Amino acid sequence: MPSDVDLAAVWLTLKLATVTTLILLIIGTPIAWWLARTRSWFKGPVGAVVALPLVLPPTVLGFYLLVAMGPHGPVGQLTQSLGLGVLPFTFPGLVVASVLYSMPFVVQPLQQAFEAIGARPLEVAATLRANHWDAFFTVAVPLAKPGFITAAILGFAHTVGEFGVVLMIGGNIPNKTRVVSVQIYDHVEAMEYAQAHWLAGGMVVFAFLVLLALYTLNRTGRNL
Amino acid sequence: MKSHLSQVLTGLVFAVSSLASQSAEVQVAVAANFTAPMQKIAAEFEKDTGHKVLLSSGATGKFYAQIKNGAPFEVFLAADDETPAKLETEGDAVPGSRFTYAIGKLMLWSAQPGYVDDQGAVLKKSQFQHLAIANPKTAPYGAAAMEVLTHLNLLDAVQPKLVTGENIAQAHQFVATGNAQLGFVALSQVMENGKLTGGSGWQVPTKLYEPIRQDAVILAKGKDQPAAEALMKYLKGRKATAIIKSYGYDL
Repeated sequence: MPSDVDLAAVWLTLKLATVTTLILLIIGTPIAWWLARTRSWFKGPVGAVVALPLVLPPTVLGFYLLVAMGPHGPVGQLTQSLGLGVLPFTFPGLVVASVLYSMPFVVQPLQQAFEAIGARPLEVAATLRANHWDAFFTVAVPLAKPGFITAAILGFAHTVGEFGVVLMIGGNIPNKTRVVSVQIYDHVEAMEYAQAHWLAGGMVVFAFLVLLALYTLNRTGRNL
Repeated sequence: MKSHLSQVLTGLVFAVSSLASQSAEVQVAVAANFTAPMQKIAAEFEKDTGHKVLLSSGATGKFYAQIKNGAPFEVFLAADDETPAKLETEGDAVPGSRFTYAIGKLMLWSAQPGYVDDQGAVLKKSQFQHLAIANPKTAPYGAAAMEVLTHLNLLDAVQPKLVTGENIAQAHQFVATGNAQLGFVALSQVMENGKLTGGSGWQVPTKLYEPIRQDAVILAKGKDQPAAEALMKYLKGRKATAIIKSYGYDL
């Protein structure tokens, strides 16, 4: 049976994934919108930066975050001067890392959804005197709904599956930074295979259900 | 003529096979605390014998799990004496090959000069945010750190501030980057040529924890491998022991 420590890790993981997904939907939407509509020269570079975590090993992100967010790093200096302390080994630190790490999984589906809408519906909205905000919330967002669903599911699932970055900046603290993937690693290293199986098997089932939901929604949804 | 040719061939075969045995490879699993000295020893060993050493470093408990599951290591330099003994009784190591290559010391260390006093009083003041240790479940140095905290009756007080590295190398890294103000590391990680390489530290009195006897053993995969046997012999030699002592280990 999973122990209390295991359940705490599950709860923490769900909390981390939820917070990360919400933040990513809020900051990812304008980025995706801009990427979908802009003709600026910056489109390429910004798109590439957003996609970086897809390609980089998590150790690269973990290493730079540990150094940058540490007391001598630029981010660490900033957070300290704001009275927030330093971020490694804290839950907010994991949120920051997860937002960077899962960014492409939210931005890219949204960008594709916005691109699929095209300019036409917004032009029509403009002729009906809808301002930009109006057009965005009453036309673009509803049309891009399947994109939002995909983005939310992928962002959530990818954060749940995060391991390397958390291992490097988390410090394995119960209830704060010890997420399921780290707990599984701990169990396996200590040869507590029975406990590892509970969590690892649970992750397999979870991942399957997520993908099943995604593909089912995909079939019924539009613009995906 | 024919016999001539066969003689040449036999000679060639012998030459090739003796060449192969002269410069064999040996795969070594080394406890994270012993990585730096082992790299030096391996370099000397390669120079002196022509054998090649492939080093993997990590937590002793992790290596135990990997060896039990068929990892290709031939020699194991553990951070304790229990794990090699266990491997021996379980038939995963060559009986009689085990010996203590070093006795490890625990150090309370900070990257900040002057932060850790030479009595370790900084621990009781508890003004730090994070205290790094190695995972006590898999790393003997982590277990020793827990022992020290228990002896000092500080475990409950510092528990919420503990950050756990996957092995002693990561615990050291947490402290070295300043993310943890201090941590229990291996003396060997912060000492070279008998001196502290930086920061400040308290060498924990050995009465506060069981001596960390670090044993080496030839694993089942290294049985009758000349390179593995040569390395074990080399570890007991003058050159190797001098290097080991220069990192602060007892012998």
